[in-house]
Parts: sequence; structure tokens; C-alpha cells
Amino acid sequence: MSNVPADLKYTKSHEWVRALPDGTLEIGISDHAQHALGDLVFVEVPEAGRVLAADEACAVVESVKAASDVYAPLAGTVTLGNPQLTGEPQAVNSDPYGSGWLFRLKPAAGALAAAALLSAAEYQKFLDAEAG
Amino acid sequence: MGRKTPLFRLHQELNARIVDFGGWDMPVQYSSQIGEHHAVRRAAGVFDVSHMCVIDLQGARVREFLRHLIANDVAKLTTPGKALYSCLLKEDGGILDDLIVYYLEERFYRMVVNAGTRDKDLAWIRTHAAPFAVELSERTDLAMLAVQGPEARAKAAQLLAPAQATAALALDNFVGRELGPWFVARTGYTGEDGFEIMMPAADAVPAWRSLNSLGVASCGLGARDTLRLEAGMNLYGNDMDESTHPYESALGWTVALAPPQRDFLGRRALEAIRAAGSARKLVGLVLEDRGVLRGHQQVLVSGAAVGEITSGTFSPTLERSIAFARVPAGTGAAVQVDIRGKLLNARVVKPPFVRFGRSLITQSEGPQAP
Repeated sequence: MSNVPADLKYTKSHEWVRALPDGTLEIGISDHAQHALGDLVFVEVPEAGRVLAADEACAVVESVKAASDVYAPLAGTVTLGNPQLTGEPQAVNSDPYGSGWLFRLKPAAGALAAAALLSAAEYQKFLDAEAG
Repeated sequence: MGRKTPLFRLHQELNARIVDFGGWDMPVQYSSQIGEHHAVRRAAGVFDVSHMCVIDLQGARVREFLRHLIANDVAKLTTPGKALYSCLLKEDGGILDDLIVYYLEERFYRMVVNAGTRDKDLAWIRTHAAPFAVELSERTDLAMLAVQGPEARAKAAQLLAPAQATAALALDNFVGRELGPWFVARTGYTGEDGFEIMMPAADAVPAWRSLNSLGVASCGLGARDTLRLEAGMNLYGNDMDESTHPYESALGWTVALAPPQRDFLGRRALEAIRAAGSARKLVGLVLEDRGVLRGHQQVLVSGAAVGEITSGTFSPTLERSIAFARVPAGTGAAVQVDIRGKLLNARVVKPPFVRFGRSLITQSEGPQAP
């Protein structure tokens, strides 16, 4: 059973979104996603200042087996890519909702309202349906 | 739903992730692919390789047949049990498969071919065996376990009766022997010492459990792939296939052109290629920049695409990415690889990258030699 924290929002492509106090969003991949990928050995995060469209491929997580794209859950401007992942890609495996965050985003005007993000319960239901 | 080995239920019980491999439902990993890789480099691991196709060949003319069928020469095998690695070639020199053949008795050889090529191999071998009256039997009754790593032989020997254990531990490299109902061979696909053991299907589950209880880690095909790549061993379908010949696949050493009168399948084509010089070669790459090399990425020299990666991965032992790539024969020491539109620097090296747990690659790039 994978861990799906109740205080986060999710996407069907297995990203999670956390609202930070300063109005920016922190984004990572779910516990389910990191488990499915296996041991991560390389993570490429977007640079600060990069402007992302919703659903744009903006980060790459690579396990021994394969490379997978991470998509922007909504439109916005990157404020920070997680610098720690260069040397410690395995943080995404060991702490996907904490030190394994990928990047922070300042949402574009109206983008948060426009994004059809899933609640934890909805994401859990989505995972159950995928597994079934 | 693919074919299943006698160990399939045990793999499920051990929470393996199952994937399709050559039409078989096989375990790709149990817990951590990197953990399984290190277990083999540092201690011992066991792989289910029962999907591989074991073919027994018998008949008065079986040696003569094999000297015609494969590109390496079974006349090199003079002691019973000795194994030989070879390519199976088409007339045009394209590689149908790679295989291991064991010389068991004057009229009895055993061959192990890849799972994904089973059907075409059997059809090809049967066609060419007919004039030699060689009888083929596929040993679907056997399971095969590969026990690999510095502690593998000592652990696996504990599964045998004392006299058999002594005999197993006395086996030379690349030699196999019947020990009771098991055929134990000192072979493998990891760059470590170890055994590959063929056994009646019913023995496989108890043998696996016993190995686990002796501390031998269950290992999946994921770790098998990173181990073989580090060890500089080709994978059929990735690094060579029917459209490539041995000289552009780093397999020239497996082609026996001497004696000149041995007329094996593909010989004329290979002689012509050798006379002209192979236009391409298969080399090892070590990525100098951060990233992971993968199959089909483009290899560039001076900004121009010259070749392609055939297999690439992250090397858990070297903690950097390594690959095989097919490039023009004159390619020098420095190339670039296109990874998602970025050109990253890679160094051309001669595999193997790792043997017996040790890196054979210098870690730092240093200044380029003039």
C-alpha cells in the first residue's frame, strides 16, 4: 500500500502538489510513482525562471531501468529546483513527500483554479482503479 | 499471459515484480535492483534462468554438424564438460543468436540458446541437422538457476552431497558436469564466479529456498542486465541481431576462421567482411557528465551523428552511466551522446567495465593524451 498524505493534491500522472505559505507550490512525485520506478539514479529538475505550461514535461526521473518524464501539474514559473537531488537522487525514493521534492512553482494567474487536481481520496481511488 | 518457469509461484510469493521477457513472465526485481546487483558483486545472488532454451544434440555425426552450424569451432572442446561460447550465423553473416555449447560425450552435446529466439533457432537448427542425422531434444523438463558472486560456489555446493560438492568445487572455469540429476557448470553472465545449474523442474523451488536460507539473495532480470553490461557481455536483440555481424559486435574473438577448410554457415560472408575490414565496431562508453545512457541514443563526433547506443544503464558499481555503442571503426576516444537534446561527453573504453567486483575503468578523465 503506498502512502497518500491527505494534505496534498495529486495528478493522474502521479505528481503531488503542496501549497506553501508564500503562495508558491512545491511539486514532487508520489510514493506510488517512486515505488513503480524503482531505485532512482538520476534526477533532472527545471531551473528557476523557467516558464511552464500545464502538462509540460519539465523534469526527468531516471531509475536503473528507465527514464520517466514529470509533468507540470499547472502553468507557472519555476522558483527553485531541488538542488539536493543532483547528489542524492535516492531522496525521491526514501522521502518522496519531503526531501525528495522536485521543484517549486509560482502559479500563473488563474492556473490553480483551472487545474483539475485530485484530492488524496480521489488519487487513492484512481490508484485502486489502476491496480484493479 | 506469458510462459512461466517452475519458479513462477515462488517469485510471486517473494513479491517479485513480474515483466514479460521474450514471451515469459519473469521477475525483474524483488526489492531493490541496485541491492540485488551489489549482492552479486559482494556476496552471492540467485537468478531464475529457466526460460533459456536447453537443447540436447545427439548422433554419430554431431560434432561434424556443430562444426558446420556455429561460428566458433567445437573441435576446441577436447575434455568432456567443456563449454564454448559462439554465434549462430545466417549465410550473410548476420547473427541469429548467441549460445553456449557443452561437449558432454563424443555423440552428445548440449546447447543453451536465448528464450526470445527459441522458435527460430530450433527451426534453423533442425533444418541444418537433417542431413547429419542429428537428433534434437528440447529439455523443457529442466529448470536452470544461476548462482553468482564471490560466495556463490561455496554456498551452492552446500546443496550437494559431500562427494558431489567436492566435484563441483573442482570444476574449472567454463566446464560443466553431471552430478546426480543436476548439471552444474562454472559459467555465468555477471562477471563474477559462480555456477549455472540445470536441474529437474521439481528441484528448483527447494533449491532456491535453500539458497535463500544460506544468505543467497533472490535477484531479478534487472540486476542481471546491469551486471552483464558492467561485465562487457552482449545481450542478443540489443547489441547484436540478424542485421549485424560478429566483427561489428565485439564478437570477432568467437569466430574461428582456422582451420580454413571448416565450412561453417556464414563463413564466406565473414571472410569477405574481414578482408574489406569491418566498417563499424562495438565499443564501451563511460559517461563523463551526469545522466544515464540508454539504448538508441545517438552518438556524435564533432557534432555529427555517427552511431548509436545499443545498451546503456547506470552502473551501480562505478556509480556512473555506462553503455555499448556501435560506431565507425575509426572512432577515437572522445564522443558525445545526445540525451534529450543535450550533448553530453562520453569516453570510449574497452569493456569489461567491472570484473570480479573491481572497476577496470579509470575513474577520472584526466587530460586527453596528445
